Amino acid sequence: MRKSLFMILSSIILIVGGQAAFSGGHSVTLDDVKARGNLLCGVSTGAPGFATVDDSGKDVGFDVDYCRALAAAIFGDPMAVKFVGLTSAVRFTALAAGEVDILARNTTWTYSRDTDLKQTFLGVNYYDGQGFMVKKDLGVNSTLELDGATVCIQVGTTTELNLADYFKENGMSYEPVPTADNAESQQQYLAGACDTYTTDASALHGTRVNLENPDDHLVLPEIISKEPLGPLVRHGDDNWADIGRWVLNALIIAEEKGITQSNIDSWKDTKDAEIHRLLGTGDDDILAMVGLPKNAMYNAIKAGGNYGEIFENNLGATSGINIERGVNASWTKGGILYSPPFR
Amino acid sequence: MKASSPPTDEKFQIGMLLSDTRYRGTSLQVITFIIFVAVFFWLVDNTLKNLALLGKDVSFNFLFLRAGYDINQRLIPYSSDSTHGRAAVVGILNTLLVAFVGCVIATILGLFVGILRLSKNWLVAKLMSAYIEGFRNVPVLLWIVMVFALLTEFTPAPKAFKGADPQATMLFFDSVAITNRGTYFPAPIFNEGAYWVIFIFILSVFAVIFLKRYVNKLKRETGKDFPTFLVSIAILIFPSTILFFALGSPISLEYPYLKGFNFRDGIHLRNSFLALTLALALYTSAFIAEIVRAGIMAISKGQTEAASSLGLRPNKIMNLIILPQALRIIVPPLISNYLNLTKNSSLAIAVGYMDVRGTLGGITLNQTGRELESMLLLMGFYLCVSLLISSVINYYNRSFQIVVR
Repeated sequence: MRKSLFMILSSIILIVGGQAAFSGGHSVTLDDVKARGNLLCGVSTGAPGFATVDDSGKDVGFDVDYCRALAAAIFGDPMAVKFVGLTSAVRFTALAAGEVDILARNTTWTYSRDTDLKQTFLGVNYYDGQGFMVKKDLGVNSTLELDGATVCIQVGTTTELNLADYFKENGMSYEPVPTADNAESQQQYLAGACDTYTTDASALHGTRVNLENPDDHLVLPEIISKEPLGPLVRHGDDNWADIGRWVLNALIIAEEKGITQSNIDSWKDTKDAEIHRLLGTGDDDILAMVGLPKNAMYNAIKAGGNYGEIFENNLGATSGINIERGVNASWTKGGILYSPPFR
Repeated sequence: MKASSPPTDEKFQIGMLLSDTRYRGTSLQVITFIIFVAVFFWLVDNTLKNLALLGKDVSFNFLFLRAGYDINQRLIPYSSDSTHGRAAVVGILNTLLVAFVGCVIATILGLFVGILRLSKNWLVAKLMSAYIEGFRNVPVLLWIVMVFALLTEFTPAPKAFKGADPQATMLFFDSVAITNRGTYFPAPIFNEGAYWVIFIFILSVFAVIFLKRYVNKLKRETGKDFPTFLVSIAILIFPSTILFFALGSPISLEYPYLKGFNFRDGIHLRNSFLALTLALALYTSAFIAEIVRAGIMAISKGQTEAASSLGLRPNKIMNLIILPQALRIIVPPLISNYLNLTKNSSLAIAVGYMDVRGTLGGITLNQTGRELESMLLLMGFYLCVSLLISSVINYYNRSFQIVVR
């Protein structure tokens, strides 16, 4: 809490006292990142599956792996990234002030964030929706039975606004218990200070499997909102946004084409021209257009695998969280994940 | 005088602004002022430029837009359809509530602990020392989280009150429920005629005060003592009670009851409010206790000895001789502790209490992305409140200072 206020204040000081950050023209952010030697990636302070620290002290998660891929694309080294834990309340301020180069913090893409907050969303890396988790012994099976409930909610999120709208639409009352982050919500929920905890369904599943007795808890079936999550950067540096966007797209295309972390070296003789462009094994060097090395996307995919592998390792069966691919499957497999062509 | 006054025929030269002691002071002040103004304008200009580069402008219009979020504790009507400005006001009132209640509790507690620490009873004095050192030397944020954890972990959930054989029961004839979401009290309901009863009661209070003054005056003039205690009680109770029943019980109590997930009706003191207020009050009271002790010890021992040689009992000495004099020493540092408590209340988000830092400086800031504007408003608010508190207490202090004639 002190920390979050400090972050906001220091961001303001950067804006007030700092030198003008953008001189226009070529990607200033990319130059800054290269000069610094590492990427500053804003992630969640602890969202199981998306960004956590494992037993050996290593950052892991779905958002973490995206940043590693981006770092690999720029430096050829997936470890050349520094993760900055940000609460939901300070994330945009930190990004706007240049404390991070990119924000990959399960952040919902909305109109006002895109326009009023002056951010550029790079795409959607996870199609999510807001859900509710309750204890089974509460005897609730639908969100419509939650009239009068006390609800734990993270401050400064879209879920907070959806919650207000949803209860109002359905003529129900509730009492919000605001919390700073996922960990605090979880603690309040377990202590019984609230009847239900609401946030993105993916985070609920991630939280649930890490509870002491996951079977005592239930994620209610209703999804009350669309939450397209994705990485984002500041307005004003289109080249930097392009880099981030196309690293994400490269991971999605890789899954579509069947390029995995382990078989990535075996595509040299393929007749598919897009794969050659993607992996930099062909003649044209189209990645020079954004200031990346020819094999940037090769390195990005090599870092943590394609989109599907990253999903499986962090959110799917391998991770123990067991989230189904659902709409997040590739369009070739019945999902809505679809990348523009790499050409 | 004549020798030191400057010769009138001396011509003014520009270098004299710095070399001549008559002008140096002023010119240095002017230079400093110019530098200060220049730096200030550079900061403002740079801010606006950088914001423009980010594509942002400085605008306070967001205060008039729909907020879209709910606030649990609101002293004025507010819903998610209200504006961000109103949300800020709700937060401001919540901050002021915590600050006011916290200061009152801290003062009372601090006074007691400070006096008891000087007690001749070894155990009492040591206990109070432990209290002071314990609260004073641990960061207040930890106390807030600690009190909140105690309140939520060791109290039953509303569910425990349910069923034929509930695990928890309400206190005081089913009127007060202590739960892990807060404590529910019966709320007074004012029906028609209620204001007459309140009016008469206030009149009775004034009557008692006048009676006390009159008796004191009589005592000073004639030396006769009238016991007023029973009469005062009678004045306080009978007129308003008789009116209360004559008007057909216009004031009734609304009891909290369990429905669905939570208790409904009654007054709900949330654990976030209780934890924040209690922790701030306990923490600040430790500082106030030390101030009180210092104030009392600063009064010469001769005062106590003189008073006891007049035959006054120890509690009379404290109330009539020591405390009135000690107050003059106590009040100024007390102000800074009140200010500290008010400013420390911005730690509210640690327990999810929606003070102005939580609404304007938290959710509104985040949903609208107006960091600079929100922070400026927030700083302006805390500045105003602090200046207001210190001016009020300074006024009080001036009226109690020893007047040197």
